[in-house]
Amino acid sequence: MSPRVSMVVNGRGVEADVEPRRLLADFLREDVHLYGTHLGCEHGVCGACTVLVDGEPVRSCLMLAVQADGGEVTTVEGLSRDGGLHPLQEAFHEHHALQCGFCTPGFLLTSLYLLRERPDLDDEGEIRAALSGNLCRCTGYQNIVDAVRDAAARMRQDSPTTKG
Amino acid sequence: MKPPRFEYAAPGSVDEAIEILRDAPEESTLLAGGQSLVPLLNMRMAQPRVVIDLNRVSGLDAVERTPDGRIRLGAMVRQRRLETDPVVRDELPLIAEAARHIAHVPIRTRGTVGGSLAHADPAAELPATVAALGGRLLVRGPNGDRAVPATEFFVGALTTAIEPGELLTAIEIEPPREGAGWAFGEVARTHGAFALAGAAAVLQVGDAGQIASARLALLGVGSAPYVPEWLEEMAVGEAPDEPLFRRIGARVVDEIAPLDDIHASADYRRRVAAVLTARALRDAANRSNGRGSG
Ligand SMILES: Cc1cc2nc3c(=O)[nH]c(=O)nc-3n(C[C@@H](O)[C@H](O)[C@H](O)COP(=O)(O)OP(=O)(O)OC[C@H]3O[C@@H](n4cnc5c(N)ncnc54)[C@H](O)[C@@H]3O)c2cc1C
Ligand code: FES
Ligand code: FES
Repeated sequence: MSPRVSMVVNGRGVEADVEPRRLLADFLREDVHLYGTHLGCEHGVCGACTVLVDGEPVRSCLMLAVQADGGEVTTVEGLSRDGGLHPLQEAFHEHHALQCGFCTPGFLLTSLYLLRERPDLDDEGEIRAALSGNLCRCTGYQNIVDAVRDAAARMRQDSPTTKG
Repeated sequence: MKPPRFEYAAPGSVDEAIEILRDAPEESTLLAGGQSLVPLLNMRMAQPRVVIDLNRVSGLDAVERTPDGRIRLGAMVRQRRLETDPVVRDELPLIAEAARHIAHVPIRTRGTVGGSLAHADPAAELPATVAALGGRLLVRGPNGDRAVPATEFFVGALTTAIEPGELLTAIEIEPPREGAGWAFGEVARTHGAFALAGAAAVLQVGDAGQIASARLALLGVGSAPYVPEWLEEMAVGEAPDEPLFRRIGARVVDEIAPLDDIHASADYRRRVAAVLTARALRDAANRSNGRGSG
């Protein structure tokens, strides 16, 4: 009755029997015990649950775990490398881009995809438009926008071969 | 806010999907991008017995040119791809532009062409845009394939010509003639929010400087996309100037019946529709034959 799903989460293979109605977000939290993926609205509006599936950002509250079978998922726990913070996380930390932190995982993954697609990004208006699908009730957004802009600059410096 | 229990099927082909649908057409629901269906499941406003997932069906996600020069978009082509695909950008830039207005990137990466058209939200961008382009929708059921023109496909709010047991496989659009201009505009409370009203236009200015052809469709101003069938009669042969575009806008306002809801009043939508109509026609005229800055 419960199909077996297997996927790679943050580079590690995971497998579990899940009901078809299991949302990917709940699978990540309840079955894989990664609690960094937050659920705010559960209907696609707030962006807190955003993760990458096969490199693309998706709402994990609007995808079934069975649909990610065979796929590769990145959650906020997959950002840091060798115990160090990702440049995006560093920039969020230094710019006070979070207060309660509930929205932060979604902003980080949305931004990660954004900066992979647009390493040259610097325009505040474009950053705001790209983050408009993520809601934050605390910060007023300004520090988030600053952090993403700074992270883009840091990431360009880290990999000087990147265009822009 | 969790989906109710359902049986899950992930067919590999369209025919297999139709076979499963045939068993219980009224109790089954197709799952495409899930960006409208899964919220309904989470809120238990939809409680299907069987969910038929189209994501593993092969052959539904192609963007291709047909032998007779149309562009065919498979039902499972993601909305995000409409913005980036070179064929769509070159041949159907109006579709690429409209797609940018659908929700946000992490929703467009999952949301599909077929899902948006089959869901037929009155405020959705793609139904009106496909109607403005005079596209047709390919529907398959137990009795085979049929093609439905966009103007007949959208029957009302969340209601289309798809019968129980059928599914949408693709849409086909003839690219506007060389030199035709196009424009899309909408008013929404914030970037990515559902539109309060919007307009899509395709317009060609002929060699003598008069309008040679024009098509227009509006969204958010009624239960289905509004396509003024009288437009060509009023516009062809006329100079593409502001007074004409305003007269067209005024006539649109006379004919639409927008709704009052929590987002905007009917009166506000009427005023916005007049402005968006004139603006879309003007912008399309400016793009035609390399006129204006394009
Ligand atoms: C926060 C948010 C904001 C949004 N904003 C917008 C917006 O501004 N503009 C807009 O247009 N949309 C918007 N949407 C909805 C859009 O993202 C959906 O993608 C779209 O409405 C449905 O497409 P889907 O592929 O996700 O379909 P699904 O949700 O999977 O399906 C929708 C319906 O269509 C049926 N269906 C799907 N595919 C087929 C098929 N091939 N044949 C027959 N029936 C089929 C399903 O059975 C279901 O009833 C928004 C969604 C969210 C969550
Ligand atoms: S919880 Fe998924 S978008 Fe809000
Ligand atoms: S930091 Fe609290 S919601 Fe964004």
